[in-house]
Amino acid sequence: MARTLITVPPTPKINTVIEIRALIQHPMETGFRPDGEGKLQPRNIIQRFECRFSSGGRSDLIFSAELFPAVSANPYIAFNFRATQSGTLSFLWTGDNGFTQAESVALVVV
Amino acid sequence: MKMNPNLLNTNSARRRHILAAAVGVTGYVLVRPAFGAPATLDAAISEFARGTKVSSGRVKFEIAELIDNGNAVPITITVDSPMTDADHVVALAVFNEKNPQREVIKCRLSPLAGRAQLSTRIRLATSQKLTAIAEMNDGSFYASTVEVVVTLAACIEE
Repeated sequence: MARTLITVPPTPKINTVIEIRALIQHPMETGFRPDGEGKLQPRNIIQRFECRFSSGGRSDLIFSAELFPAVSANPYIAFNFRATQSGTLSFLWTGDNGFTQAESVALVVV
Repeated sequence: MKMNPNLLNTNSARRRHILAAAVGVTGYVLVRPAFGAPATLDAAISEFARGTKVSSGRVKFEIAELIDNGNAVPITITVDSPMTDADHVVALAVFNEKNPQREVIKCRLSPLAGRAQLSTRIRLATSQKLTAIAEMNDGSFYASTVEVVVTLAACIEE
């Protein structure tokens, strides 16, 4: 399990636009770098990130990203979301070598 | 020595031809624009835009002009859009000129976002141009290109 750090304002006011920041521990090995013996190290990157908001049995994709080797190690992605109601934000990272990590954070709108 | 008038004519005709060609090239560069980018970056952009015209404006690309360390360069892209159901950004992508691969990140946004903004950290192999391009829900494309200087490149240390 890779470590993740997700920052969401704890209790945003209704209809405000909040910034969601998601960081995950991952080497993002590019596949362009040689190792000590001059052989290319195989690519190992996160290929996709997505964030969904679910509330009352409904789940909507709010943001998704396709990542390439030019994204730094330990990918950091920040985006926005209009907080209209309380619910759950779920985050999913998938990548090379069957990498999958899911996290979820409760959003309480006041 | 007596000049052959025919030869003279041919020469001046050729010169005029070259001049016309030069004007043509300049015209092309002026129309094809804001990017003045090499074929590869251009190709990535036109592929993303599916051959549609890409306008400048509406996209703000924030990045340091002088980068000490190319391994983790913070970038922020903001698109001027109300993000309503009727008018919003559907996709946002970043392309580079001289990394081994043109793509950096491609995102899809929804009107639920409220604001069209993306921040992330990227790798830069050398001093180069970067282009952020946004696709609107009406099918139009807007782009912004920046040029940065990188002193320590990514991808060199083992």
